[in-house]
Amino acid sequence: MKRYFLAAATAVGVMSGSVALAKPVKIGMLITLSGPPAVLGKQLRDGFQLAMEKLGGKLGDKTTELIIEDDELKPDVAISKAKSLVGRDKVDFVVGTVFSNMLAAVFKPIIKSNTFLISPNAGPSVFAGKNCNPLLFVTSFQNDQNFEVLGKHAEQQGFKSVFLLAPNYQAGKDAVNGFKRQFSGKIVDTVFTKLGQKDYSAEIAKLAAAKPDALFTFMPGGMGVRFVKQFRAAGLADKMTFLSAFTVDEATLPAQKDAALGFFGGASWAPNMKTPGNAEFVAAFEGKYGYVPSVYAMQGYDTAMLLDSVIRKVGDNLSDKKAVRNALRAADFKSLRGNFKFNTNQFPVQDYYLMKVAKRADGKFQTEIDRKIFSAAGDFYAKDCKMSW
Amino acid sequence: MSTTLFLVQVLNGLQLGVLLFLIAAGLTLVFGVMGFINLAHGVQYMVGAYFAVAFYALTQNFLLTVILASASALLLGLLFEVLIFRHLYDRDHLDHVLATFGIILFLNQATTVLWGPEPLVIPEPDFLSGSIPLVEGLLYPVYRLAIIAVGLAVAGLLWFMVTRTKLGMLVRAGATNLEMVSALGVNIRRLFMLVFGFGAMLAGFAGVLSAPIFSVEPGMGDDILIVAFVVIIVGGIGSIRGAFIAALVIGLVDTLGRSMMTDILKLFMDASAANQIGPALASMLIYVLMAAILFFKPTGLFAPGKTA
Repeated sequence: MKRYFLAAATAVGVMSGSVALAKPVKIGMLITLSGPPAVLGKQLRDGFQLAMEKLGGKLGDKTTELIIEDDELKPDVAISKAKSLVGRDKVDFVVGTVFSNMLAAVFKPIIKSNTFLISPNAGPSVFAGKNCNPLLFVTSFQNDQNFEVLGKHAEQQGFKSVFLLAPNYQAGKDAVNGFKRQFSGKIVDTVFTKLGQKDYSAEIAKLAAAKPDALFTFMPGGMGVRFVKQFRAAGLADKMTFLSAFTVDEATLPAQKDAALGFFGGASWAPNMKTPGNAEFVAAFEGKYGYVPSVYAMQGYDTAMLLDSVIRKVGDNLSDKKAVRNALRAADFKSLRGNFKFNTNQFPVQDYYLMKVAKRADGKFQTEIDRKIFSAAGDFYAKDCKMSW
Repeated sequence: MSTTLFLVQVLNGLQLGVLLFLIAAGLTLVFGVMGFINLAHGVQYMVGAYFAVAFYALTQNFLLTVILASASALLLGLLFEVLIFRHLYDRDHLDHVLATFGIILFLNQATTVLWGPEPLVIPEPDFLSGSIPLVEGLLYPVYRLAIIAVGLAVAGLLWFMVTRTKLGMLVRAGATNLEMVSALGVNIRRLFMLVFGFGAMLAGFAGVLSAPIFSVEPGMGDDILIVAFVVIIVGGIGSIRGAFIAALVIGLVDTLGRSMMTDILKLFMDASAANQIGPALASMLIYVLMAAILFFKPTGLFAPGKTA
């Protein structure tokens, strides 16, 4: 009798224990949160957390543990954090990274551990073509596409001559190549500057002397703040059209302010976009964090919503990689961008727009959609990806 | 390259040069007179810029901002001297490097915590905004002309102080033979403190001046510190005149290199190769110059004769 009681008690104990121990979904977020570029990582994180909050702190209606790690924009740090996310924490998904060179660093350790890697921003060409991978999904864009928007626009406007200016590293060269892929007019000069350069007076003097119809530049973060201000102070804004990518956006506009007014960029989304749920998102974001969301915040939000749809579909079978992959590929969520689906290389197929910097009634600055440039566009490299769906 | 473009680039080089001089002047004195390696000199430039952001938000007045921010930079420099640096003068250079490097990490992180990681700016003052046509078709920002003027004025003032005042004489004497100055009854500790605070203020002043044209962000002093060291090595450690001439030379070489190197290479190689090599070579130029000067004149161009 006593023995039966014990057995029953043990059984109850085990059962209740199993309820309490119901495995939460674990998401590892690996983004850049230190140094000046941290502002981009912050936007991504805030967007992602806003989505989770809207879903009641859960993804797919399951208890979710979000582990946020800072890669410090250093490849060695990124690799060791990635290893501990997949090795020690055994996360179900890694969401990262902000920068393309960080993605290249963490790609191998994460993919080797058979964990899904979802990039909410970085979309380097290396993983879009023949090195595409069934475990890698990119929810943002393929890097070249934003540059191609400006090239196409310059082509359509019939600009006769364009001056190209970019920092001397891989993404800067991608910017120049992406632009040239769409633009057939004359390139008066291509100038590469030091990454992180402070003073652009030498380049601006050259630009003024060259007198092109338009300038195309790629100056992310603080470089964009400095360059835009110096460009405006040199009085060039009235003399040529300013075309750019990742140079004038909500991450840099609080510092650029009036200096960037009327300048053009290219992206897949803007705060004033008229898509279902977008106005609510922007209002909720500004209410909670006190600044205007950028495309990075939107990407963080969309990534959380994508994962929500996946977990909802797959339920407890997160270890069934095939089921998870199919659920990811379905992209069964409402993107703030409107049209969104995955290409065969698991990079987005979406619309791209020309953006123009505008001042809002409340005195804050944001990018606004000028016109659509590409509809449902996949990237240039997808054709080399031999993945079967 | 046309003559007018060349002239504009020379002005750009001068403007970079005077900013470098403001930073290097303090560094060379502290290093030359006190034998103290202050890696934290670059963050004092950054702190100056952040003070400018803070005081501009308070006062909305540029001139007042310059005065308040420079004074705060001076106070912070003195505070660091009293709290940290004066305990390190008698120790060896490795300890200087460790302690001042710690200050870099601390202040970079502190600015991130206080102001956030995003780049900040302050507007140029109204009376110095806009640009004027220097020659037909080439505009030059008024603010940059003002920087050149102010930088040259400060250089003149420093020259006067160092060569014509008693304090300057002590500083020069200290750079040559410190023990002798001390033996003659001069309060060396107080001299050190003055030199240090003044150097910190000049660096902070440079930070304030550059806030309207560059972005103010954590870590902004780290790159400029390296160039400032190049300046004082080329100019000769401890020499204000050396720092002035070297700063202008470095500013000109860097600016003209960046604007002309690719075009020069294009004369004898194809455009894409020149675009590859040009920027890399241009960013090396000042270090090549430093190496060459170290080879022919290991103490720099105008090093004060050490007798200690």
